[in-house]
Amino acid sequence: MNDTAALNVADDAAARDDSALDRPLPVGSAGKLSSGWFGLIALIVTEAALFGYLLFAYFYLYAQNRAAWPPDGLPDLRIPVINTALLLGSSVLAWLAERAVKGGRRTAALVWTGTAFIVGTLFALIQLGEWHKKTYDLTSHVYGSLYFTITGFHLAHVLVGLAILLLLMAWIAFGYIEQRRHAAFTIGVMYWHFVDAVWLAVFTSLYLTPYLFGGLS
Amino acid sequence: MPLALKIAASPPDAGDSAPFNYFLHSHGPASTPTLYLGWVLAAVCAAVCLLVAGLLAYAIWRRRAAAERDVIGDPRRSLRWVGIGTALSTVVLFGLAAYALVVLAEVGAPPRAAALTVAVTGYDWWWRIDYGDGAQRFSTANELHIPVGVPVRVRLDSADVIHAFWVPQLAGKTQMIPGVSNEQWLQADAPGLYRGECTQFCGAQHAHMSFDVIAQSPADFAAWRARQQQGAAPPPPAIAARPAPSGAAMSQPADAGAPRPVSIAGPALFMDRCAGCHTVRGSEARGEHGPDLTHLLDRRMLGAGLLTNTAAHRIDWVTRVQRYKPGARMPDIALSGAERADLGAYLDTLQ
Amino acid sequence: MNPPMPTSPSADRSAPALMRVPERGRADAALKRRLQAIWEAPPGWRGLLSTVDHKTIGLRYLVTAFVFLLLGGVEALLMRVQLAGPNGTLLTPEQYNQLFTMHGVTMIFLYSLPMLSGFSNYLWPLLIGSRDMAFPRLNALSYWIFLFAGLLLYASFSLGAGPDAGWFNYVPYSGREFSPGPNVDVYAMGMLLLGVSTTVGSVNFIVTLFRMRAPGMSINRVPILVWGTLTASVANLLAIPAVSLAFLLLWMDRQVGTHFFDVAAGGKPLLWQHLFWIFGHPWVYAVVLPAMGIVSDGLPTFCRRPLVGYSAVALSTMATMLLGFEVWIHHMFATGLPNLALSFFGAASMVISIPSAVAVFAWIATIWLGKPVFKAPLLFFAGFVLLFVMGGVSGVMTAAVPLDWQLNETYFVVAHLHYVLLGINVFPVIGGIHYWFPKFSGRMMNERLGAWSFWVMFIGFNIGFFPMHISGLLGMPRRIYTYAADSGWSSANLVTTVGSFVFALGILMFIANVLWSWRRGAVAGDNPWQAPTLEWSIPSPPPAYNFAVIPSIESRYPLWEDMLDETPQRSQLEEGLLLTQGRETIGSTALDAIPDVILKMPGEAYSPFFLALFLTGALVGLLLHAWWLAAAMTLACAASLLCWMWPSATLLQRMPMVADTEAGGA
Repeated sequence: MNDTAALNVADDAAARDDSALDRPLPVGSAGKLSSGWFGLIALIVTEAALFGYLLFAYFYLYAQNRAAWPPDGLPDLRIPVINTALLLGSSVLAWLAERAVKGGRRTAALVWTGTAFIVGTLFALIQLGEWHKKTYDLTSHVYGSLYFTITGFHLAHVLVGLAILLLLMAWIAFGYIEQRRHAAFTIGVMYWHFVDAVWLAVFTSLYLTPYLFGGLS
Repeated sequence: MPLALKIAASPPDAGDSAPFNYFLHSHGPASTPTLYLGWVLAAVCAAVCLLVAGLLAYAIWRRRAAAERDVIGDPRRSLRWVGIGTALSTVVLFGLAAYALVVLAEVGAPPRAAALTVAVTGYDWWWRIDYGDGAQRFSTANELHIPVGVPVRVRLDSADVIHAFWVPQLAGKTQMIPGVSNEQWLQADAPGLYRGECTQFCGAQHAHMSFDVIAQSPADFAAWRARQQQGAAPPPPAIAARPAPSGAAMSQPADAGAPRPVSIAGPALFMDRCAGCHTVRGSEARGEHGPDLTHLLDRRMLGAGLLTNTAAHRIDWVTRVQRYKPGARMPDIALSGAERADLGAYLDTLQ
Repeated sequence: MNPPMPTSPSADRSAPALMRVPERGRADAALKRRLQAIWEAPPGWRGLLSTVDHKTIGLRYLVTAFVFLLLGGVEALLMRVQLAGPNGTLLTPEQYNQLFTMHGVTMIFLYSLPMLSGFSNYLWPLLIGSRDMAFPRLNALSYWIFLFAGLLLYASFSLGAGPDAGWFNYVPYSGREFSPGPNVDVYAMGMLLLGVSTTVGSVNFIVTLFRMRAPGMSINRVPILVWGTLTASVANLLAIPAVSLAFLLLWMDRQVGTHFFDVAAGGKPLLWQHLFWIFGHPWVYAVVLPAMGIVSDGLPTFCRRPLVGYSAVALSTMATMLLGFEVWIHHMFATGLPNLALSFFGAASMVISIPSAVAVFAWIATIWLGKPVFKAPLLFFAGFVLLFVMGGVSGVMTAAVPLDWQLNETYFVVAHLHYVLLGINVFPVIGGIHYWFPKFSGRMMNERLGAWSFWVMFIGFNIGFFPMHISGLLGMPRRIYTYAADSGWSSANLVTTVGSFVFALGILMFIANVLWSWRRGAVAGDNPWQAPTLEWSIPSPPPAYNFAVIPSIESRYPLWEDMLDETPQRSQLEEGLLLTQGRETIGSTALDAIPDVILKMPGEAYSPFFLALFLTGALVGLLLHAWWLAAAMTLACAASLLCWMWPSATLLQRMPMVADTEAGGA
């Protein structure tokens, strides 16, 4: 700010739309203008492609296999539906947290984020419980390999998301995240929403399509 | 005495200098339309390259009036030539694509039902060929006999990794994928020998996995098949046990068709050392890991196209296969001099 | 979005404002010194491990990728000696298999894209008027991971444990039963690493393009190299997960006991081919489109006129990449898929050459309607056009399904792929080095040696690779370590071997030119070629801060505006945004490049180096079945990421506390 030369607007510059260069601009990591936000969008695109290919492998092997699919019959939907609702709920909670951050309500933000974290953890624990209930594992057959790999990839993303939520809570507590600067929060919450959206795709593919396709070859 | 091979006077034959040349030679309707397609495409592509080379050379070296400015502008008119060039290319491409689709329809399926189905299974690094089913079925290896002038369906499987079946002068290639049964057809319109090879990297000896297709007149094919369906003739009666002279094995004359004395030890040796992997129908040898040897002497080559099928090569293959085909699934079988003579003599009976 | 409330600095005068009007003006020597002090990396080991300067990273990519090119070339020459005559005995089958696999892996993954990443990394900010890439630390990370992946692959190769099942690595041959050794696992881990490196690099390019352009550089004014790399980067985001997944699933089948490709348990070998080629085909466009961009940007300089059909070429770049996702089955024509499906993919594979035709005619028209300047870069760019067409038409031949049933897996395809890969990647790269060498080093390469090396390379290349069409048409299969004397392939192979050595000689001449000229070449100055684009408006080599003044742009060829005189507007290169409060550059809107944020750029950091190291360590742990090592390394990765991501006051990722100083930041 010290040695700025005097502004020297040339005549032909006046002919251009120079209002963009004369008004105040945000500085640094400003919400959805930050590079980090765009970086996350790109990351979401590539991760979505990864899950897309996982589901491609699933449907490809499904279509090519004569055996019963799933091998232990149509999946019981009760727990998975509840779990899906939980995960969606945690997204809503995260959204509420973001609103609180933008409104400058620090305690509310901590509470909503913490609740989202707890609900997300519940999802993970229930999912682990579902794993435990299976009579087969990763190495039993093709379906087992697919089931555990796909849900495992998703669970890994959930764990990363939970770690992010914890981190966001810590940063709120430290005062790093607040009304004026909170790009990290917006980015972190968007990642959580992505994890939820992926679950919808995984849930539909693994749990719902067997009903659609009759459960057998 | 091995069945004499009737070879047409004109190529193809075993002495062809470029036996896999499919660009200039095609001997059946599964590959001839593709031959012409190849010529047309090659001609068009060569013409395009020459045209572009000419345009490029002219563009670079043509005389230009001296321009007043260092940098030339006016891009507007220039786009027209890009448009023209692209439009011409598009028309040509669509024409070629249509032609290619027509050829695909022609060679993609046989014109009429196949007269014969043969099952070929790819192994590391040899070809198992199965004919017929039920009591009439028989297996051979590395040499596929077909009747001339009729479409033959080939069913393709693999026993281990992905191989590919290709007889360049008769048809295109198809992968042999474990767990999947692929099919293709071929047809030879002239009797003779057609060479084939594996064209999908399958490991250490992918380079030495070729095979022969022998096209024969219907009568010859029927005769061949009838002989193949028979089991091996029992070996001639053993001469009263006499030890083979030591050191004499090395100086055995080359196989000239004269029957050699066979001691009892030959078949026993075969059962002991070879039957675990090889089958000789008509004997007790029922191994399934290696080629069926029932009519071994009937084949032109050994080791999937590696060695000519002579007595010396046969026993050499047994004892030093790893030298010829390092990594082959068959190990070197250590044999003493006497054992070589005995086993060699037995193998010579597998006509 | 909730606009942050503008605040004026509180009583603590070191707290920076969250909004301000960016300062404008001209740059004097004092300002430039100040900028240099702000942007310069520390010297010695500290700088080496922590630099985030895109120019340094770019040069590292270029040099490292070129070393891999040479290694891959030596592998090729060894194979050519083995194949010069029938029944070669120089190499055992196992050695040959490792060589041809490593040759493919090296050229395709360790050379072709990283080389182009090097150009783009160095040049992009200079082409778009920015002081840095969007993610400087991510940039460093992508290089370190690339380097470690290459070291992992080559260390294993030197121990005889390099990949040996072909670069395409088909199952079941690459499965545990038939490849029990560590070779394929090494390949898998290397590919996972390279996948991360390329992905983060692609993210960097995309965000940089959409956010960091100088005011006025609307999307239709960016150089074609930028279009090419952008397109390739978007494609990589979508394609790389397929191959990463394929290798991960394979590793799991091999080491964990899953059954994705296990035929006996319902797995399918063709799943591998699908996943691999869904990645593999877009990849080949990713490694040529930026190089085509190099030519599209270089030709105008040496033809003294703008590129003919800029919009057409930009659109054709994107069309080619888009179509590139629709044709992967053409690598699988012989797998027994239904003919109807094959027809569709065959037709698409022919149609994909139409956008390429647009580009070819645009280049020819640019030369035709221009005034060629006979310098080395022009030779390489013109030679490229011919080789492009030759490679492209052999591709059209293989796109015809029934003909591909003959050509596939023969040396005809080897000829095709080398014409397209060397023709469309290597020749433009060498030409690009000749072109931008003055900018990188401040010196000119030797012109005569440059011309000679071109002709030796061009002639050697054609003598080497044209006969491969012949040996392919004569039925010679790929990937065979020797052949019989009666196959008819001996002459063509001998000629190919001779040609390949001639080509290698040309490469050596080029290397000699580079090495000599780096120190002894004629001093270049800012714009020795009188070229039109922004990178030539700054000194050679550029200062650490690139632009003392962020220019505002009015056309595609800012430095030619006076000579072209197409519109009255002029780009402002001498006067513009100064942005001297720390490492700063301007962020602007995606399409029209209207400034909308002042971006704070991170300085040097060690976390990228360590993250790369720990990530490699984690995968090495998996390779060695040292699960504790893998777990520990993963935790170390998490710690590195935490350091990296910790909100920084300097970057205004968080509100500064009273105790914060202006220096430092993660």
